[in-house]
Amino acid sequence: MIKSRRDFLSNLISLGAYSLTIASGILYSPITHAKWLKKSFTLSQYDETIAYLFKGEKLIDNHNKIQISRLPRVAENGAVVPIKISSHFDKITKIYILVEKNPHPLSAEFFISPAVKAEVSARLKMAKTSNVIIIVEADGKFYRKVKKVKVSIGGCGG
Amino acid sequence: MSSIKIRTKRLQGNTQIRTLITHPMENGRNKDEQDKLIPAHHIQQLWVEHNKMKVISCNMAGSISKNPYFDFLLIGGDIGDTITISWIDNLGNTDSKDHLIN
Repeated sequence: MIKSRRDFLSNLISLGAYSLTIASGILYSPITHAKWLKKSFTLSQYDETIAYLFKGEKLIDNHNKIQISRLPRVAENGAVVPIKISSHFDKITKIYILVEKNPHPLSAEFFISPAVKAEVSARLKMAKTSNVIIIVEADGKFYRKVKKVKVSIGGCGG
Repeated sequence: MSSIKIRTKRLQGNTQIRTLITHPMENGRNKDEQDKLIPAHHIQQLWVEHNKMKVISCNMAGSISKNPYFDFLLIGGDIGDTITISWIDNLGNTDSKDHLIN
């Protein structure tokens, strides 16, 4: 029962807001809503960054469905370190690249839609000898692979 | 002159997209000749679209190399399809480029 004009109007507004939430839920996709979050890129400790990004989720280590190639064991120049990541999990949504000993460990995060294969290459800067950590998010689970790179000349200034 | 170069190559039914972007990617810790800090200037987000549909979005920090290079592998993709790559940096500059798969 709608008693007054005011009630009627407020009902109308809440109904409108409700349907808007449903519509945005349907349209929601991680790719279009991928925001650049300052905090995740400015934390300076590796452990802190991991805790902030994954909020205590379990990281499954050394899965052989993640391949890292092109990454040298010894990098002459830390300013350009090539890396190629490929992975064969189903439903991959995100790939993270972190460099443990960089001033800010998180280098890049890729949001991947089902229209592309989980195969990306990039070039990183590395301040010094460090582990490079790849984390793949697939079907709500997180997989981590670590590879050590020795750097002769650092590429992060200072 | 666009800052973005795109090359595509058909590989066994898939399309390899390679891109090279001209950008200083300063992380804010390097110093110039006068020993002054060069302010941070780096790309924050990059998008790849296939026929106007976003397929990859990438967030990055200044720890990606100067003049960043990326490659991706698109499933399918036909001759004549459009690949659009755009970026935005921390100073608000943007650029975008279309490329037809050939």
